[in-house]
Amino acid sequence: MTTPLLYALAGALLCGIGLFGLLWLRHLLRKLLAFNIMGSGVFLVMVGLPQHQSGPDPVPQALVLTGIVVAIAATALAVVLIRRYYHLSGMSSLEDEPSPRGDDPE
Amino acid sequence: MMRALQTLVMALACLAFTGVLATSIWTISGNPTPVNLTQLLTENMGRSGVEHPVTAVLLNFRSYDTLLEIGVLVIAGIAGISMAKTASLEDPAMRTSDSLLYALQRWFVPLMLVLAGYLLWAGADRPGGAFQAGAVLAATGVLMRLGGSPMEFLRPGLMLRLGLALGFTVFLLVAVASAIGGDAFLAYPPGMTKALIVVIETVLTLSIAMVLLALFVSAPVNDAEDPEEGAPS
Repeated sequence: MTTPLLYALAGALLCGIGLFGLLWLRHLLRKLLAFNIMGSGVFLVMVGLPQHQSGPDPVPQALVLTGIVVAIAATALAVVLIRRYYHLSGMSSLEDEPSPRGDDPE
Repeated sequence: MMRALQTLVMALACLAFTGVLATSIWTISGNPTPVNLTQLLTENMGRSGVEHPVTAVLLNFRSYDTLLEIGVLVIAGIAGISMAKTASLEDPAMRTSDSLLYALQRWFVPLMLVLAGYLLWAGADRPGGAFQAGAVLAATGVLMRLGGSPMEFLRPGLMLRLGLALGFTVFLLVAVASAIGGDAFLAYPPGMTKALIVVIETVLTLSIAMVLLALFVSAPVNDAEDPEEGAPS
């Protein structure tokens, strides 16, 4: 059990938390945040696992760097889409009726 | 009741997912890797034209990824801009008269521009490069926009299109040119590697910053009834 392996396992945990949030939360912005947490988990696994085996590995690090930029752009695009959706439909979730405020988890 | 049951099922499914993922990570971590990428990279660093391994991977050995990535960014930027109903370039609600923000901006903007340039140049032999520099440049643009600086070039038009497409176009041109020259797609001609990488990194920085900034600017959707800004009313 080395520190990089701990990072990879924490990444797996983040993936699980993100997946749960993506499925369970109703508000679209929260879903987006949960999806981003899932993505961060994937990045952690991708950096941590090779580092555990053979020290810092530039190849996965470069891929993760690319992935981070794509993730930022995709998140921004998703926010634009969500805003447009909210603007057109007045709803902040994908359900038919607007979710009541008290129903929001947390 | 239904919701509670749903939650329980979801929680169990996610726990199972995490468990499977963690188990596979644990199994993989025990096995030796079939290919030693790090060693392969160290052996070939001399041919890459740069000294930093991450930059070498990004711009030379796996430049396919970077080319596709900037393609994805350009598509995201175009989609984001086309979603914006009005070109809300100078939203009056976002204009501020906060003198503190102005003062801060006067200090920060030049500093951040210099930092972006430094990051771009540092990518050759230490952590840095087009992505970090592009992110800092985009952050500078966001700060300027929040402060209400007029940024004419973000209005849909020639400058915006050029800025969005520049990085991808130059990258693709270099790739196709080397393919036409008889070499592999994306193989830099020997001797020009360093110069080409610097040129590509520079245009990539500009394009990445432009895409991120365009997405930020296009995010506020004004009422459809509002006249388009800059349009003759």
